[in-house]
Amino acid sequence: MTKCRRCKGPAVIDIRRHNAAFCTDCFLHHCREQVRKSIHDFRMIAEGERVLVAVSGGKDSLALWDILLDMGYDADGVYLGLGIGDYSNESHRMSRAYADKRGAKLVEIELRDDFGFDIPTGSKAARRVPCSACGLSKRHLFNKAAIDGGYDVVATGHNLDDEAAVLFGNVLRWATDYLGRQLPVLPGEHGFPRKVKPLVRLGEREMAAYCVLRGIDYIVEECPMAEGNKHLGYKEALNAIEEQSPGSKAAFYFGFLDRASAMFTPQAVAERVDLKPCSSCGAPTTGDVCAFCNLVVKATR
Amino acid sequence: MKVLLRNPRRELDVPGPLRVNALLAKLELNRESVLVIKGDTLVTGDALLADDDSVEVRPVISGGAV
Repeated sequence: MTKCRRCKGPAVIDIRRHNAAFCTDCFLHHCREQVRKSIHDFRMIAEGERVLVAVSGGKDSLALWDILLDMGYDADGVYLGLGIGDYSNESHRMSRAYADKRGAKLVEIELRDDFGFDIPTGSKAARRVPCSACGLSKRHLFNKAAIDGGYDVVATGHNLDDEAAVLFGNVLRWATDYLGRQLPVLPGEHGFPRKVKPLVRLGEREMAAYCVLRGIDYIVEECPMAEGNKHLGYKEALNAIEEQSPGSKAAFYFGFLDRASAMFTPQAVAERVDLKPCSSCGAPTTGDVCAFCNLVVKATR
Repeated sequence: MKVLLRNPRRELDVPGPLRVNALLAKLELNRESVLVIKGDTLVTGDALLADDDSVEVRPVISGGAV
């Protein structure tokens, strides 16, 4: 029987990249320590700051919210209803249920009610890939919710697998502008709130395990709009490498941060200097009208 | 044993006893991409599953807008 590395009791999960296994209590401790280390090392959240957690009803965002609350952070959630049928209904229900269980505040935004479109119909009308319209809406509306609500920082549930997969995609295309922005912390400046990713030291499998062991209900089903997208393909490719060589994903991502990231940041910084307020909503943008306001016009015409 | 799989949801009968890693190999699943849940807890790769056990093999990969 596999034993817990920390207490030597019976283990419930093995993590091959750490060459370690943990019992339930020690695994939960491990997850909190990894988040604590990320927040400390990358200076993500200062004492007393108000945090807005972007919550989707999935394992990563609910686990992140749970860990931040347990660590004593002043953390509210924000949920964006995307109008993707049963998937959105269920993810909303799970986000609401978690907030109620913890007595935590959940800010709720509905694309259809508040902006007159949903992702399936709006992305088609605007001739955008659904994941692109979804990502754009999330980035814009989470920033807006943070600024409007007086939060210091937006925390998202991007984990090590997410970051490694995005990095993989950006390197395949040598998307140097995106590489310059792929950091665990984006500073709050030019009208943007600070954005942080406290789960970068934890893998996707660890986040699902965290929710199971903490008894957190999350939406297990994949978003129907994401089926077959490139990001999932990159994750599968990286997991095939990871199975043969545990630790490859962490080495790839943290090696990039340590040894390559700084080469690409000047381009990203230069882009931010050219920002001015959107003539429609006032959000920072490089054009006259921001990409989200353009999407709303196209999606509702 | 009864094995519940997701996305799409379906149930298989697999003869036991069998170790978790052997079950995943039989199902041609990557250990990095799934958790094996028995009752309300998880089981490690070397755990022995009995013929009358019920387990869920849950995918952990998610990804849409980032």
